Amino acid sequence: MSSDAVVTVDALRVSRGRHEVLHGLGLSIPRGSLTGLLGPSGSGKSTLMRSIVGVQARVSGKVLVLGSPAGSRALRGRVGYVTQSASVYDDLTVRQNLAYFRAIMGAPRSDIDRALEQTGLEAEADRLVGSLSGGQRNRASLAAALLGQPELLVLDEPTVGLDPVLRNDLWAIFRELAAAGTTLIVSSHVMDEASRCDRLLLMRDGSLLSDLSPTELLASTGAADAEAAFLELIRKSDAA
Amino acid sequence: MSPRRTLATAGRVLTQIRHDPRTIGLMLVVPSLLIGLIAWIFVDTDVFDQIGPAMLALFPFIIMFLVTSITTLRERRTGTLERLLTLPIAKLDFILGYTIAFGLLAIAQAAIATAFAVWVCGLTIEGSIWLLFAVALADAVLGTTLGLLVSAFAATEFQVVQFMPAIVFPQVLLGGIIVPRAQMPDVLQAVSDWLPLSHAIDALNAVARDSEDAAYVGGKLLILGAFAFGAVVLGSITLRRRTP
Ligand SMILES: Nc1ncnc2c1ncn2[C@@H]1O[C@H](COP(=O)(O)OP(=O)(O)OP(=O)(O)O)[C@@H](O)[C@H]1O
Ligand SMILES: [Mg+2]
Repeated sequence: MSSDAVVTVDALRVSRGRHEVLHGLGLSIPRGSLTGLLGPSGSGKSTLMRSIVGVQARVSGKVLVLGSPAGSRALRGRVGYVTQSASVYDDLTVRQNLAYFRAIMGAPRSDIDRALEQTGLEAEADRLVGSLSGGQRNRASLAAALLGQPELLVLDEPTVGLDPVLRNDLWAIFRELAAAGTTLIVSSHVMDEASRCDRLLLMRDGSLLSDLSPTELLASTGAADAEAAFLELIRKSDAA
Repeated sequence: MSPRRTLATAGRVLTQIRHDPRTIGLMLVVPSLLIGLIAWIFVDTDVFDQIGPAMLALFPFIIMFLVTSITTLRERRTGTLERLLTLPIAKLDFILGYTIAFGLLAIAQAAIATAFAVWVCGLTIEGSIWLLFAVALADAVLGTTLGLLVSAFAATEFQVVQFMPAIVFPQVLLGGIIVPRAQMPDVLQAVSDWLPLSHAIDALNAVARDSEDAAYVGGKLLILGAFAFGAVVLGSITLRRRTP
């Protein structure tokens, strides 16, 4: 495992309700990388992300983030997290939401305008979040996570419900952030987003199927695109 | 704990409520309307003078409890609580921020409800109207802090809803409104001594009839304050950063 790993997970098991939903995961995520977390609905993507940001209960195994156990006090504010459904206040304007989270983070005031610009929400800044479209709300939620320039960004399906143009813009932002040294973990259902990532984690039924770069994935399966490669991997694992 | 984060949270909650006229109406107007309704029901009798003070404890308490627990419930459901708890905010900052915001609203609520009961509904007050206001305020703040405790203690939103009746109904039944506490069976009387709403009702009755001295009412105020303080501390201890 690289000493420059931002996230190190080893033998991670998580139980939710009556069932174990993650069955001994191990992975490591290098600094400044853009990692895609792909897998069918219910495969455990959100649970893994919640374990990394330290809000998931009933976790066993090791999850180290920036050198500290996940969820420890030292990490608060250094890890940005966007939950799967937009976690912003409906009855506040976008700007009021950002102003509140900024105050909690202790980030500079100028961060508010920067985050609005990065997410293309300047025109909506003074509208109540409750009156925005689904995609605009998701972006407001993302904007709040960009405050204070966290070292690690954990984004749970940030592009759901966005049109191709906006999706493209957001992935451009993710790439920019990664180029500037931020580490990103982005989950997605949309397989054509896979090619935008440095690395792909494919999950299925609470286990990791593969951990490869997009080119390695295509080469190892001989498939033409990520979706076909994923199906091929599932077929192989079922046969094994 | 940080005063800056506590006040930011209080300011944020007040801004949210400012955008929500229905909640403002529920908190500020509905207790008075309900007290007015009770006065009207008993208009040709002297019952209102007997139960009026207790109503001044009951309605603000229940409404503050409900509004607080529903607001924090919503914070849990929308994931904003989950996000907040990954940020550098102490659990006590969160609970205190809510207490301050709803405490300020409780001042307005207690003033309106007290004034309405006395000057519009003609509730007879033998003692000090200021003491009456002070007890009504402590009682409303108590409702808020218990609402916060319930939502902190619960692990899921469903549990919040389950706890609500369990906390409110016993206090209403044993508070001395239906049967004076002194006439209840010993066991129930002993239980009701440990329920804060009983003390709020005792204190309001004492002020209305001027049947006890200020030290008695002061003692009851201290009890209410202790319960509110305990609920805030316990709430910030039991709030979990990790959820199932
Ligand atoms: N609150 C919960 N209580 C009990 N089980 C849960 C809970 N949340 C999720 N699960 C279960 O845990 C497993 C993993 O869920 P998770 O939300 O991590 O999947 P996901 O890959 O993020 O799915 P999606 O793509 O639909 O968001 C699923 O089997 C799900 O049913
Ligand atoms: Mg999910």
